[in-house]
Amino acid sequence: MAGTQYRGSEIKDVDQFINDAQGLESEREKEIGQHIGYRYDVNLVPDYSRITPFLKSYMEFMGWDDLNWLEDIHMGYEEGKPAVFDRNINGWVRIPDSIELPDNQQDRDMIARELLLKFQMSDRHPLVMLRKAYKKF
Amino acid sequence: MASVSDTDLKGMTQEERVKALGMTTDQLTGRSMYIEFDPDATERFAYPWAPDVDFNKRTELDCDEMTATEVNANIRSLMEEGFGSIVVKNPRGMHSLGVGILNKLNLIIEGSTGYFAVGLIDGPNVRINGRVGWSCGENMMSGTVIVEKNAGSTFGAAIRGGDLVCRGSVGSRTGIDMKGGTIIVGGDTGALSGFMMQRGRMVVCGNAGKNLGDSMYDGTIYIGGDIQSLGVDAVEAELTDLDKAWLTRKLTQYGLMPENGVDHFTKVVAGKQLWNYDNLEPNEKKLIL
Repeated sequence: MAGTQYRGSEIKDVDQFINDAQGLESEREKEIGQHIGYRYDVNLVPDYSRITPFLKSYMEFMGWDDLNWLEDIHMGYEEGKPAVFDRNINGWVRIPDSIELPDNQQDRDMIARELLLKFQMSDRHPLVMLRKAYKKF
Repeated sequence: MASVSDTDLKGMTQEERVKALGMTTDQLTGRSMYIEFDPDATERFAYPWAPDVDFNKRTELDCDEMTATEVNANIRSLMEEGFGSIVVKNPRGMHSLGVGILNKLNLIIEGSTGYFAVGLIDGPNVRINGRVGWSCGENMMSGTVIVEKNAGSTFGAAIRGGDLVCRGSVGSRTGIDMKGGTIIVGGDTGALSGFMMQRGRMVVCGNAGKNLGDSMYDGTIYIGGDIQSLGVDAVEAELTDLDKAWLTRKLTQYGLMPENGVDHFTKVVAGKQLWNYDNLEPNEKKLIL
C-alpha cells in the first residue's frame, strides 16, 4: 500500500530517460507499467558559474541579482525527448533535434532557461492569443 | 483568424472573440507535446504586451484617499506612462495592494499592508518598509519582495517563482502549497511551515515551529535554528556543497548571511512515502474493500 515506502527509482544518468523513454526500473514501476516520480531533479539548485550571456542580460534587464524564477526551470524528459515544462501553458515544449545537448544537467538547465524565456516572450506563445480572447478591453 | 484587430475584438462578446480567433477548432486530445521551441527566436526580455518602463523614471502615489482598487489601477496607469519606480505612500494596512503586476517595476511601499499584498505578481521588485498581513506574495510567479519587518501567516502561499523575503519573523503555514520559488525568513517561522510543499526552497535563519514540512511532496527547507518537530514525511538530508554555495549566495544577496556561515543549517526534504502516483492503487483498494 502507499504511504509506507518510496517505490520509485533513482535518477542515475543524465541520458537515462532519453535512452529509456519508459524508465521503469523498480519492481513497483514494472508491475504498474508507470514511472513513479519526476524524470529530472526538481531540487537541483543552479551552478552560477555556468550561466550564459543571454541569461545575464535578462537578469540585468529585470533588475535581479540572480536567475529568480528561472532557478526552478530544468530540462526534463517526456516521451524519450528532452523538453521543458512551461507553467504558463501547463504543458511540455520540446527541444528541437538541431540543438546538441551538453553532457551534464547544469548546462542543459541553462539551455532550457534560455529557450523557455525566448518562447514565453515571443508572439507565438499561446498566452498571446489567450490574452486577446479573454482580456478586459 | 489571428489577424482580427483589437477594434473588431472590442465589439464582440467573449464567446465570439474565442471563435473569431479560432481557439475552438484545435484538436487537443492525445497531444502532449505539440509545441517545439524555435532555436532562432528573437531575444526579448518582456512579454509582448508589457509596457516599456524605465527604472530611472520615478514617481510617488499617495493612497490616503483611495481604495485598493484605485491604487492598483493607478499603478498600472503609471506603468503605461513609462514609470519604472513607484513609491506608494500611506498604505495604512490596506489589503491587496500591488497585486497582479506582470511587468518589471521597482515598487516601494512606505508603510504596512494588510492581507494578500503583492499577490500574483510576475516580475516586479517590491520593498515594503513595514509589516504585512496574511498571504503576502501568494501565487507570486517571479520578481523579488522584501518585507522589512514581520509578516503574518501563510506568507508566500502557493508561490510559484521568485524570491520572497521577510527580514523579521513570520506566522504559521509559511509557504503552504508552494510550487516553486524561494522564501527567505530572517527570524523565526511558525507551525506547519512548508505544509503540502511541492517544489521550491524555503530558508529560515531562526527557529521553526512544530510539524515543519508536513505532507511535503518535494522541495527543500533549510533551517538555521531549532526545529520543534518535523511533520509527516519530512526528513533530514545531507547539506551538500552545492546547497552551501547557493545558501551563501542567496543570503548574502539579501543581507541575511549569519555571522557563523551556513554550515549549521539543517536541510529538510520529502521522504517520498506519500508519493501515491500509482494508477493501480484505486483498483487495489476496491479489491480490498
